[in-house]
Amino acid sequence: MTDGAPFVRIADVVKRFGDAPPALDHINGEILGGRITGLVGPDGAGKTTLIRLMTGLMVPEEGKVEVLGFDTVANAADIQAAIGYMPQRFGLYEDLSVQENLNLYADLRGLPLGERTATFDELLEFTDLRRFTTRLAGKLSGGMKQKLGLACALLRKPRLLLLDEPGVGVDPISRRDLWKMVENLTKEGIGVVWSTAYLDEAEACDSVLLLNEGKLLFTGSPVELTARVADRVYKVSGITQGRRQKLARYLDDENVVDGVIQGEAIRLVMKPGTMPRGPDDGSAAPEMATTTSRFEDAFIDMLGGGPGGRSKLAETQTPFAIGNAKPVIEAHGLTKRFGDFTAADAITFDIPRGQIFGLLGPNGAGKSTTFKMLCGLLKPTAGEGRVAGFDLRRDAAEARNRLGYMAQKFSLYGDLSVAQNLSFFAGVYGLSGARKRDRIQLMTEIFGFARLLDMSAKDLPLGLKQRLALACAVLHEPEALFLDEPTSGVDPITRREFWTHINGLVEKGVTVLVTTHFMDEAEYCDRISLIYRGRSIALGSPDELKAQVASDELPDPTMEDAFIALVQGSEEKEAA
Amino acid sequence: MWWTRLRALIVKELLAVLRDPKGRTVLIVPPILQLLVFSYAATLEVTNVDVLVLNRDNGHWSQDLVQEIQGSPTFRSIRFTNSPDEVRLAIDTQTVIAAVEIGPTFSRDIEAGRAAEVQVILDGRRSNASQIVSGYLGRIVGTLAAETPAGKRMAADAVTVVARNWFNPNLTYQWFMVPNLVASIALLIGLIVTALSIARERELGTFDQLMVSPLRTHEILIGKLIPPMMIGLFHITIYILAAVFIFGVPLRGSLLLLYGSAVFYLASVVGLGLFISALSMTQQQAILGAFLFMVPAMLLSGFATPIENMPAWLQPITYVNPLRYFLVIVKGVFLKDIPAAEVARQTIPLFLIAIVTLSAASWLFRRRLE
Repeated sequence: MTDGAPFVRIADVVKRFGDAPPALDHINGEILGGRITGLVGPDGAGKTTLIRLMTGLMVPEEGKVEVLGFDTVANAADIQAAIGYMPQRFGLYEDLSVQENLNLYADLRGLPLGERTATFDELLEFTDLRRFTTRLAGKLSGGMKQKLGLACALLRKPRLLLLDEPGVGVDPISRRDLWKMVENLTKEGIGVVWSTAYLDEAEACDSVLLLNEGKLLFTGSPVELTARVADRVYKVSGITQGRRQKLARYLDDENVVDGVIQGEAIRLVMKPGTMPRGPDDGSAAPEMATTTSRFEDAFIDMLGGGPGGRSKLAETQTPFAIGNAKPVIEAHGLTKRFGDFTAADAITFDIPRGQIFGLLGPNGAGKSTTFKMLCGLLKPTAGEGRVAGFDLRRDAAEARNRLGYMAQKFSLYGDLSVAQNLSFFAGVYGLSGARKRDRIQLMTEIFGFARLLDMSAKDLPLGLKQRLALACAVLHEPEALFLDEPTSGVDPITRREFWTHINGLVEKGVTVLVTTHFMDEAEYCDRISLIYRGRSIALGSPDELKAQVASDELPDPTMEDAFIALVQGSEEKEAA
Repeated sequence: MWWTRLRALIVKELLAVLRDPKGRTVLIVPPILQLLVFSYAATLEVTNVDVLVLNRDNGHWSQDLVQEIQGSPTFRSIRFTNSPDEVRLAIDTQTVIAAVEIGPTFSRDIEAGRAAEVQVILDGRRSNASQIVSGYLGRIVGTLAAETPAGKRMAADAVTVVARNWFNPNLTYQWFMVPNLVASIALLIGLIVTALSIARERELGTFDQLMVSPLRTHEILIGKLIPPMMIGLFHITIYILAAVFIFGVPLRGSLLLLYGSAVFYLASVVGLGLFISALSMTQQQAILGAFLFMVPAMLLSGFATPIENMPAWLQPITYVNPLRYFLVIVKGVFLKDIPAAEVARQTIPLFLIAIVTLSAASWLFRRRLE
């Protein structure tokens, strides 16, 4: 499909903002027509900056960007006429209907009146939004908003389409739809740039530019990248008990590059020429088999491997007796209605001590509502939630003393320094005197804050912000940890480190409730409740959920396959 | 235990304001601006105005009058003309605020012991300044009249008024204004700092973090109220120092009474601030809300215009305005050593208003949590 000349040529581009290290550091690359090029990297890697440079909205400090033969500095207007650009939050007018938004953008892009009916028809068909033309854009789901944004960007068929994180806030089903739509566009020769922090999306691209902290780590096809770890990825299964401890032991092995939990199994990336060791505790030898390598495996390998399996945080944690039969977190028929809309409908589950429980579901499905009711931020319309045996509405302060909370968005005090944040959270959890000093000292050591104590929290890099948030959440040694999408957008190394701490704490009897839309994170859970349209449509261990949807065509479904199948199954049941 | 939590919250609130460059700006720039603008620029005295004189008399009495006018420090310049048309033009184009017209028979009438007249034409568009200028001119003419033969004859049996201004003998404008500013700065700072506090946390997403901590709702409220009160007292202190040492305003009463009542005044103000904050989703809304309250509060307080001059139906509204009571206290303490009983009489309404605003704020705050 490619006609030789690349659509975008990026030559030795540097861009800085203020005194910070460069947002883009000598980037070189090419983007071809007729294929999807992934712009891949964690938050803060420089993806959005690079896309904005390509649109000509921003000019490079050094180097040159050429789009469709035009220079972005000299001919920005020509570029803007020939490309389609969908920023992270596309400028939809929430108080206008779908059709009105389309009309408005058709006017703005100067689409001739005569072509409109045909173009609208085609786009509404393409995005499957025909049924919703009269609905206000503000009332659309995240996935439908992205589709409408895409439709608006496609009104005048561009030669190059730039999509900035189109998959954020979109459930896996809509994401697959969106992907298919974009794939169809490439068949017409359109060049597509798809930026993403999800490494599974990266894997599906025709070629990728992999960015990390402003540096280009890799450019080429994802297959090429995953090939570097081929035959080094093992799946260790048949582990009956203590998979978290086993993982920790594996991660301490110097031959292990990376390891994660996948339901009942452990997935390991080994150094070249090595094999995972057998058990050293005399238990039955687990089954071991090589498995297909993934983009993320290769990414970690390029970054020099994940962190070790030891969590100093967990080692210093006073253990909670696991034998206690009473569940630590309980939800009994939790229901929340806003007007006549039921956001959460009779959600019931309990979490025994020392387990990780996941609330999984698309945005707006009700998982946040459930989560907020359980940590006391929302008053349930009916039902009750208990933490460590305390009712959240009646003995709120007692219950809250026993829980640690970490929000999705960085929610510490940005203007306060690292030390002041730690001191504040120690204070509100009632720590004082020697104990306060000791705990802060310990957190400083564990998370390496020593040289950063006087820095304002808002100036920390993302990974460190995330560590500080965890440190503040566990300062008072809570029995239960509430984590709301704890690692979205964070680089995979920090994510590994985070889960090593969480796994370690759970082994010491801490109970964890986590909401996530990351399928990878779901795999760490002991049990998952799949929330969809306010109801829990499935409850079980990750492997149980996967087994529920296994079929002849799909003998070994991934978590995402399970998610999609279960959601579609629930929709069919409702329709019937 | 509760003290540890509360102290942590108070320290955090103070740090959040002081470490945020925007927060620091709010604490430093408006107080300085207010002090400069109100004590120097927004003066109610009339000086530096121009006057036109149309003198059609050749006698020495008119010369004396013109010299008296020229000698007055109130007027910046005196211009002369011979044509009545020019008087009209000068007033029309606002080049002068007043024109003094002396008739052709002015000196002759005075010498003959007849009533002599001087016409003063004023620019009614600037009513307040005109009134004051008219007063000044009247006084000058009065002085002259006393020196005329007829005036001298009458002086023997005339009643003379000797005005003496107590508390502010020279009617120094700043003695009146700067104590007022002590009250209004506390209103401004107390209201804005409190209004921003919760709105800022909502905007940054830290509010949920605060709500899941073991802090009880009333502890959060207290922790949100004390820091703005501390900052308000700090500003009051700075303004008192400026009043005494920069503007030379006498401090005749008890500072203890002033600070004692200031606590209740600030409590009522931060209660309002918290109410606004609980209503606002963003910091912009909070600032807007604060000003929406502040402007009428200043106008309906006796700050610039006496409450007694307001129409009867409007006056009751001023009863719920905390600024009204604190202005009486602050001016009283500065200028006339107000007795403790009177301070108490003004503090009781402040106390009641504080109870109302604080309970309303905590009611709204709790309601918004659901």
